[in-house]
Amino acid sequence: MSPVSERRASRPYTVEFLRRWSRRPAITLGSIILLLFTVAALLSPLLSPYDPYQIPEGLAAVSLLSPRPGHWFGTDLLGRDLLSRILSGARVSLLVGVVVELVVTPIGVAIGLFAGYFGGRIDSVLMRITDAVMAFPGLVLAIALTAVLERSGLLSVIVVLAAVRWTTVARIVRGQVLSLREAEYITAISALGAGKGRIIFRHLLPNCLAVILVAMSFGVASNILSEAGLSFLGLGVQPPTVSWGSLLAEGIVYLTVKPWLCIFPGLAITCAVLGFHVLGDGLRDILDPRLRS
Amino acid sequence: MSRYLAGRIGQAIPVLFGVTLITFLLTHIALGDPVRAMMGQRADPEVMARIRTEYGLDKPVWDRYTLYMAKVLVGDLGYSYRQDRPVTDVVAERLPATVRLAVAAMLVAMVLGLAAGTVAAMRHNTLWDLCMMILSLLGISTPVFWLGMMLILFFAVWLGWFPISGYGDGAFRHLVLPALTLGALQAGYIARMTRSALLEVLRQEYIRTARAKGLREGVVILKHGLRNGILPVLTLAGIGLGDLLVGAPLTETVFGWPGLGRLLVAAVGNRDLPVVMGATLLFALIYLGANLLVDLGYALVDPRVRLLKR
Repeated sequence: MSPVSERRASRPYTVEFLRRWSRRPAITLGSIILLLFTVAALLSPLLSPYDPYQIPEGLAAVSLLSPRPGHWFGTDLLGRDLLSRILSGARVSLLVGVVVELVVTPIGVAIGLFAGYFGGRIDSVLMRITDAVMAFPGLVLAIALTAVLERSGLLSVIVVLAAVRWTTVARIVRGQVLSLREAEYITAISALGAGKGRIIFRHLLPNCLAVILVAMSFGVASNILSEAGLSFLGLGVQPPTVSWGSLLAEGIVYLTVKPWLCIFPGLAITCAVLGFHVLGDGLRDILDPRLRS
Repeated sequence: MSRYLAGRIGQAIPVLFGVTLITFLLTHIALGDPVRAMMGQRADPEVMARIRTEYGLDKPVWDRYTLYMAKVLVGDLGYSYRQDRPVTDVVAERLPATVRLAVAAMLVAMVLGLAAGTVAAMRHNTLWDLCMMILSLLGISTPVFWLGMMLILFFAVWLGWFPISGYGDGAFRHLVLPALTLGALQAGYIARMTRSALLEVLRQEYIRTARAKGLREGVVILKHGLRNGILPVLTLAGIGLGDLLVGAPLTETVFGWPGLGRLLVAAVGNRDLPVVMGATLLFALIYLGANLLVDLGYALVDPRVRLLKR
């Protein structure tokens, strides 16, 4: 073995991970986009040039202004600065996207691990349930659920999306476990007398982390789109809370005459979702050795 | 092949069962007491009791589910609260518009997606490839309803080529923008999938052979490459139909399209639960049916499935 490859083999995993990370311009781009959005969302009260909720005095003079210095994205019917409202909406949209994923991932991972590892009847029951939930086009079931909950708001959006979004992770993890289960090192460990719990949590779960991480990245993107859709239909967050979707719902009335009210919130959604997609693609390239050419 | 098909249909049955169970449970959780919901707070208890017995509502949940299933199987989805008509009628009236839109959107997605993916794979690692991949990434990242608005703004308001919204009694002009909107997301996925599938296939030896024997590049790509690479794309298209239907309520709302999706949203708005559940169930049935069709298509396209003995 040459000294070079020896050094490479002994390099810690995190260093190797960061090295691969830095070699991918796309993933850097994705991270920068997401970093910007996160900072904007967290610091939105400081960054916003105006109060996003307060209706200014002298309404007639500031209502529905087109984009101009001072109001870079224009103003809405009630004279509120659109940039400030988009910044405020970033908090809700990103929060829903991330929180739903954090709720859904453990559920999906648990179901996927158990279905994949135990197989047999447990697997068929769990997977038929998953299939049944997946047979409803995601947003359709979410819409039906909002009718059942009879109350819309931030919490119900999270609950409704979590109820339909766990299936993807469950499927992916199950698939991964099915292929790992037959691997020789698992046979070896169980021959050494390791219990089921140890095999599942110490050996199978860590080997699924890569796919889980990738799925989470795509999942957040999908959640942001779903939240925007629900709020756009008026079934998501309710006023005065602002999300990018509800801004578009307000804006569509003026689509033909004041298009900026629609253009900017939509751009914000697209950029954020794009960021998570690019990040997910990049993570997959880095983490999945089979896909690396 | 008939064994294969029987197996596929057999797999769909428990899912169908689960789907109806979900809509049943949702309706019953939501309604609480359907008789009270129907009659209001000041109803005569005796009348209510009679109605309960009549509709079998005094029976245990399991019996009620069987009853519900028996009704669903003969196409009885209950009565709309608002329209005072059977849900089946309300839903059936909206179905053609949604199917029309979904089929058109899927066509758009297949054509655009396959074309973009093929171009990207043929011109691998060139500017073309990069452009196509950026476009497809945008396609999957743009919220479907926002894309709809932007298309309206550009093609209907500024250029005036197409109507802003509405069904227009089924005129083709009215279909173009909604179909483009709904198809774009799927086109993005299909383009990405086609590209990677084709790149995989183009590495095979028989492609080298085809090139070596002097076939034109177009023939190599289309006949030898795409035909072998299209299978995973077909599967994706089946699953993608689910994503496509997700966009239906949104697209239909933006374009004022009189389909199932808009019916669903409106029914949620005025708490017409039987219609909500009927439309939801129908969406799931369309999805399952489409996937079964894809499986059929698979059997027709892939000789390995066609000749399957077991």
